[in-house]
Order: sequence, then structure tokens, then C-alpha cells
Amino acid sequence: MSSTALTKKDFESGQEVRWCPGCGDYSILAAVQRLLPQLGLPREKHVFISGIGCSSRFPYYMNTYGFHTIHGRAPAVATGVKIANPELAVWVITGDGDALSIGGNHFLHLFRRNVDLTVLLFNNRIYGLTKGQYSPTSEKGKITKSTPFGSLDEPVNPLALALGAKATFVARALDVDAKGLSAVLKAAYEHKGASLVEIYQNCNVFNDGAHSYMSERAVRQERQILLRDGEKLVFGDNQDRGLVIDGTKVRVVSSSDSKEWDKVSVYDKSDLTQAWIMAHLNYPQYPVPMGVFYQEEREVYNQQVYDQIETARAGEQADLQQLLSSGETWEVTAGQL
Amino acid sequence: MTLSNGTGGNTQECLSEIESLVIRFAGDSGDGIQVTGSRFTQESALRGNDLSTYPSFPAEIRAPAGSLPGVSSFQVQIGSRRVFTAGDEVDVLVCMNPAALKANLQDLKENGVLICNSDAFNKKNLTRVGYEINPLEEQELGLKYTLITVPLNTLTAEALKETSLSKREVDRSKNFFALGIICWLFGRSIEDTIEWLNRKFASRAEIAEANRLAVEGGMAFAQASELFPASYQIKPAHFEPGIYRNITGNLGIAYGLLAASQLSGLGLFYSGYPITPASDILHEMSRHKNFGVITFQAEDEIAACCAAIGASYAGKLAVTVSSGPGIALKQEAIGLAVCAELPLVIIDVQRAGPSTGMPTKTEQADLLEVLFGRNGESPVAVVAVASPDDAFDATVDACRISLKHMVPVFLLSDAAIGNSSHPWKLPELDKLEPFTVKRVTEGPYQPYARDPESLARAWALPGTPACEHRLGGLEKQDVYGHISYDPENHQRMTELRAEKVRRIAKDFKPTRVTGEESGELLVISWGSTYGPVTAAVRECLAAGNMIGHIHLRYLNPLPEDLTAIMKRFKKVLVPEMNTGQLAMLLRAKTLIDVKSYCKVQGQPFKVSELVRRIVDELRGNFNAEGIA
Repeated sequence: MSSTALTKKDFESGQEVRWCPGCGDYSILAAVQRLLPQLGLPREKHVFISGIGCSSRFPYYMNTYGFHTIHGRAPAVATGVKIANPELAVWVITGDGDALSIGGNHFLHLFRRNVDLTVLLFNNRIYGLTKGQYSPTSEKGKITKSTPFGSLDEPVNPLALALGAKATFVARALDVDAKGLSAVLKAAYEHKGASLVEIYQNCNVFNDGAHSYMSERAVRQERQILLRDGEKLVFGDNQDRGLVIDGTKVRVVSSSDSKEWDKVSVYDKSDLTQAWIMAHLNYPQYPVPMGVFYQEEREVYNQQVYDQIETARAGEQADLQQLLSSGETWEVTAGQL
Repeated sequence: MTLSNGTGGNTQECLSEIESLVIRFAGDSGDGIQVTGSRFTQESALRGNDLSTYPSFPAEIRAPAGSLPGVSSFQVQIGSRRVFTAGDEVDVLVCMNPAALKANLQDLKENGVLICNSDAFNKKNLTRVGYEINPLEEQELGLKYTLITVPLNTLTAEALKETSLSKREVDRSKNFFALGIICWLFGRSIEDTIEWLNRKFASRAEIAEANRLAVEGGMAFAQASELFPASYQIKPAHFEPGIYRNITGNLGIAYGLLAASQLSGLGLFYSGYPITPASDILHEMSRHKNFGVITFQAEDEIAACCAAIGASYAGKLAVTVSSGPGIALKQEAIGLAVCAELPLVIIDVQRAGPSTGMPTKTEQADLLEVLFGRNGESPVAVVAVASPDDAFDATVDACRISLKHMVPVFLLSDAAIGNSSHPWKLPELDKLEPFTVKRVTEGPYQPYARDPESLARAWALPGTPACEHRLGGLEKQDVYGHISYDPENHQRMTELRAEKVRRIAKDFKPTRVTGEESGELLVISWGSTYGPVTAAVRECLAAGNMIGHIHLRYLNPLPEDLTAIMKRFKKVLVPEMNTGQLAMLLRAKTLIDVKSYCKVQGQPFKVSELVRRIVDELRGNFNAEGIA
């Protein structure tokens, strides 16, 4: 199949999409289906692997290879797929409960190993498919069916967790921001290594408006800041405010204060400390950072697996009969008692 | 055997011939007991004896020196006749310290040879294990056994006096001095051991040299001293012609996997998480990357299983290995492989449970876990390894079934098989039948279209143009593979998955009954009870009893001819190292009133126990509940 001829439609599986009307997943699906024809890879080379949850139905709607696995384990299955066949473009589709709660361990180790695949983490801060229990990213005190008196757990910070696990690509996007989402997805796909894209996604049934404080069109410019590598950290309707990273402290400054305005920091996505700081900024004290937080070139796990095999092959021929006969053997002949 | 309590047997002319011998080396886990035992085993194997070993070690890596929990032992039976077990009772016991004596003396035969390192029987070591008086100085031991005390530390130091090693290092060679004594006593040479030392310590020549001096010193000492009753000879056993080597069950499985990879033409993906007693297989596989083997030490048991499923999905021969506790963790993922109908081989080197249980001790109590430990109707095939020398074949078999039928297959081994060794006739690889692995390489493709014979679903790998499809754990529409909640479809798919496993039995050879084809009693064994049950049945047959024996390699599906064979006998007895798991299955499936004989002591059955039970069954010495 010629990849140049592919269109969005080629990536639609024809299965009826069964997310709730108004779910943020629709826009993510559309963004991915629009992106894939641009990547130049034949359809059969893409594999979407998911766990369990609303987001994990995603592979059924993609006309590519897909595997809807079990709760939390998509990173582990995907690791096996990528190691077995590194030519495949492997995508992991997961949610906040799937990746950060039941699958927390695999999430950690996937990034540590730097397996060359792309993780899309749909973060709606709720368990949707089980009808509305608080999730590991729900704010503390969340009132849900399972926490009528408020949840007691601190929410986990997925980006900080990934950075702590030595992830080589960490980014955040918003379901309703098609342009921003598409740019981040493309960068994640092109990154050699394990890429994390946290996508703020709205569950309009069980946690409607979880991200609206920063996602509403009217407030986006004011309450988000797009991280651009090599550019100043500025935001606001008129791009008239900025962030000054002063040691480990961050302050918001205004262009009206020229002395402060000169100090606005330039973002460096290869700077782990900056990424760590950005991963902890939140509204209302700060704008919510979006885009690529961190990117680092590091050897990928799946490549190293094959490098070791090649080295071993260069060193010693694989002769199984000889291996079986290695060590101390003896021969019994027909005449022997 | 009974070793004569003669005197003056210090020349080779006094060599007396014996048919078999059971020897046990015992000492601290840091005393090199396993090495000593293995070397004696190897020297015997190279001399053509049949043999069977039983290493036993504590779960603690280095329990306090001289303590009872720190005792490690290695038992081997060697013979000029067929040897099926490491032996019930010990003919020769070598004790490196008082703890070893205390922990092992009860297994030494009356009049057996007891060799003790008298240097270690000091006040500290004696008090530590509760000996108020030094037993070596009491009359009782000498009356009941042929007691030989040897000051091993002193003699080793003497033999190594020319070396520049520290006292501590010299002391560490005492196991080789002991080995030298034993090798002389049983007419074994030490040449191969010296060669082995040179290889093993190639980069530490001084250690190789020290151990060589020690083993030679031991041999010379045994010959020169008049302590030993006689020297004995065990002639070679009768084996089929061929090239042989000694092999453990864990190594046999590793080699079987390499062979299955070659026979199937599929790269091997092997994933695991460290767990006793299965880790040795992971270690072994990791050494053979030149065979294209991918080994993956995962973050946990679940990930190990899931990564294997991913690798299988992408076209590898995928294997994951563990022991009972790890299998429990993998079960949900195995259910996914059942539903997605992907080949997967899961190896369970069983150990005593429940929970952490006794990690280094054997048991075969995971049979029902692997059959029924998943949610829903989730049929898998189950193959069991019988003995170390069967591990290779059983492994190849398990892989073949999995790939042919697109089904997860459990391969059950256990700690006794995994760590024990037995002579193994090397297979001629070019004579093994290659696997035919069917793949769909072009569309149109239906993921759940089936082979009419095997019922295996059609397999297209990611990357194949025009075969894009979605798999998953949700129920699938027959043929098309779309998600389906249709009631009739679920019934059909449930039945298809079960029937697919049942059809595996179509490929089985007729079940072999050893001994009588019909009669009073049929004994059915599986897994590592093969050795002791075979030995016990032979003994009973030789005594003229009308009994038969079936050893089952396949636990699911069971052979189709099994029920008919069972009906030819008045009674069926199933000895198991659990509380009657196969017996329960057989009762349920055949409605035959199977008698269960169970032992869960972390140790294999003794042949004598089995013989007694078989004889009791034949005499009808049991009431309706099977209680004597």
C-alpha cells in the first residue's frame, strides 16, 4: 500500500464509535487519524495497544493493527511487541486509572527502559468506564460514588512521575486544542524513545469541566503557557506576561516592568530541572504549561537488545548440537554393558 | 547396598563390587557441598553409571555458619542398574560439621558409612546445635554406623602448606579433600575434576591449584590410611547407545526452548522475573543471545507475561517462566492469551506453597491453579515434565502444541526436577520433526477463521498488509473478531475454545502401560513422581504383583484412551505431592473411584513408601475412606 495516498479515512476502522456523545476522546481520535497519513508509514506498520478504560477502546476505531489488552498492562504488552518487531510504530493508549493506578509499575519501567514507542495518556481525572469513582489524578477531597465524604489521596503528577522514571520525552496537550495536540503528537511520534503525551481530556458525564479552568477558549491564552524550545516563556492574550525561573523559584512578570521583562527565561527542553519545575506549575498561581516539557536523546531499549544479539553472534556461532554436547559427555557404544 | 565393615581395604585388590550406592554430602551452605556433590556425580556419570541426584539447600543465602538452618546437602544414587531416584536411605553420609550430622543422621542406614570432619566438632559448633557431648566421642555412633573421623581442616592445610593462600582460603578447599577421599573409596578417578578445576578457575590459577592439591591429598590420604573399610566398584549401567551428558531439569528446559525455536523457525522471546526455583532457566537463556534469543527480565511477573503475549502477537515463540506465586500473578494475562487465541508457553517450576511456602522445596500442587486459576471458562493445555532427562522433550512438545493450536500451554516442572540431574541421551537435532507454523500473509483476513482440524485461528502478524485487525480480551465474534455480546456467539466461542484444547489429544500416541495391561491395580503418576513410582512399580512387579503403571505427560487434555485403560483395573492409585489434585480431576472426568496417596513434605516420595502403599492397596488394607 502506498503511504502517500493515505487519508484520514483510511485510518477509520468502520466500527461504530461508542464513546458518550461529547466525550473528549472523539477529538483525540480525529487528531490521530488526521496525523497518521502525514507520517509516511504504511497503515499495517502502526499498532495501537491499550489497557482497560474508556480510552482503551481506541484501537477498535483505528484501521491499523490493534490490541485491547488488560487493565494497566498495555506498556508491558507494547514492550513485547516493540522488542519482537522494532519496525512497527507502537502506540500505547491509556488513561489516568489504567496508567497511574493499576499499571503504575509498568508506566515507570517503560520510561526507564526507553522503549521506542509513544504513550497517549488520556487524563480525565476520573474512572469513567466504571461510572465515576475518583482516580489517581483526581484532586484531593473529590466527592464521588466511592468517596461520598471526599477522597483522601493526593493526586499523582504524571509528568513528574515520568521525568523521575527517566523518560526521554514528556509533553502535555489538550483534547480540544486540535492544533496543539497534533503538533505534540507528531513530535512524540518522531522522538526516538519512550514518549509520554498527557492529554487533558474531558469526561462530560462523570467529571465534566475538570480542565475547563484552563481549557475554555476564553481563558486559554491567560491560563496556559506553551513551552517553545529556545524561546522566551511568555503567555497571555497579548503575550505580555512571562515566567522568570530564578534558581528553583518561578515568578510571573509583566511586560510593563521592563527590568523584570528582560529576565524572562528562555525555555530549554533539554534542561531536566526546567522541565521538573514546569511539571509542577499549576493554575491559579501560574499558567498551566503545555507542549513539550522535556526531550533527550538516549539509546533505545529495543535497539540495544538487538545490538547485544549481534555482538553475541559475531563472537560465537550458534550451533545447538554443539551446545548440547558441551561440557562433559560420554559415549555408550552398542557392545558396552 | 550394604558396605562391608571389613578392614584393611586400602589397596585396589580389595575392590568389592556393588550394584548401587546412595551418598549424601552435607555441610554449611558455604562449604561447597553442591560443588562436591556435582563433581562426584560427574565422575560417576563419565564412568557410565546411571544416577539421580537430589540437591537440598536452604532458602537463606548464607545462614549463620554452623547453624541448622544453614545446612545444605547433596544426595546422589549411582548404580550399575537403572536408577530412578536419588535413593530412600543413605549408604554413605559425609558431614562437614555437627549441624550437618544432626540434620542428616536420621537418613543414614544402619551400618552405613559416616564420615565426619572432626576439626569442625568443636565446642562452639556443638553447642550451637545442642550437642552437650561430642557425638564423635560417644560409643553409640560407632556401634550403629561405620564411623570414620577425618580432621579435614588439618589435613587440607597440610596438603596445601606449599601454597601462599590464607588460612581462610585453605579451609575453603576442604570439600575437595573430602571429594578425594570419596573418589578413592568408590573407585572414581579425579582427572576430569582436575580438568574441570582448570577450566572453572582459569583466571585464578592459585585456586585451581589449591583445589587440585586438596583433591589429590584426599585421595592419597584415603589410600594410605587404614581408616576405610574397603574400596568399592560400581560398574557402568546399561544404556542405549549414544552420546550422553548429565543434565538438570532446568537446563533441559532451556535447551528444549532453543530447539523449539529452531524447529519452528521463530525467534525466541523469553521473559521472566527472578523467582526460586525457576531463575536458573532465565540465567541459562540469557547466555545464548547468539541463538537470537531475546531475554527480558521484566519489572514483575505480570509484565513478564504481558511482554511475552506482545512478543507472541508480533510473531515470536514467546515463553514466560515462574513458580507458583508468580503464576498466580500472571493468570489474568494468560486469560487474555486464551481469549486472543495466541500461542504462549508458560513454565511453572513448582515449589511448596501456599503463599511463599518453602521456596527451595518441591511440590506439585499447582495443577489445579494452572487449570482453573483464571476467571471465566479459560481452557489451556498442560504438559508435565517427568524427570530431568525428559525436560527437553516435554518442552519441545509444549511449544509444538502451543504453536499448532494457537493456545497457551503450561509446562509444569518442579523444584526436584529443576535442580536434580540425570544422564541424558543427546538428541540428534536434525532428526526432530520441524513445526509447521501457519501464517496468513495476505488479505482478505478474518482473525477468527479456523483450521477445520486443529481449530487454530488464522494468524496474521502486525506488519502484514491488508490484514489489519483488532484483538483483545473482550468476547469476539466468531470468524470476524469484532466485539460481540451476542448470547449465542459467546456460547459458541466458549465451546470452540474448549474443543480446540480437547483436539490436542488427537495427536497423542496411545498411552503406554508398563507392567500388566490389566489386573488388580493401576498406578497413575505425573510430573516428578515418575522416578519413585517407576522404581516402586518395578519392585512390585518383580515380586509378582499384577499391577500396571501409567505416567501422564498430558494433564490437559487427558489422553482419550485413559478411561478405558483405567477400567481394566480393579483399583486405581494416584500418588501425588499435593492433596489429591490429579485424583480429583480423574474422579470428576472418569467417575472412577480413584485412590489418592498424598505427600506434602517438600521432598519426593521414597520408593519404600510407595511400595508399602501399593502392597497395602493390593491386600485391601484400607477401609472405604482409604485410611489404613
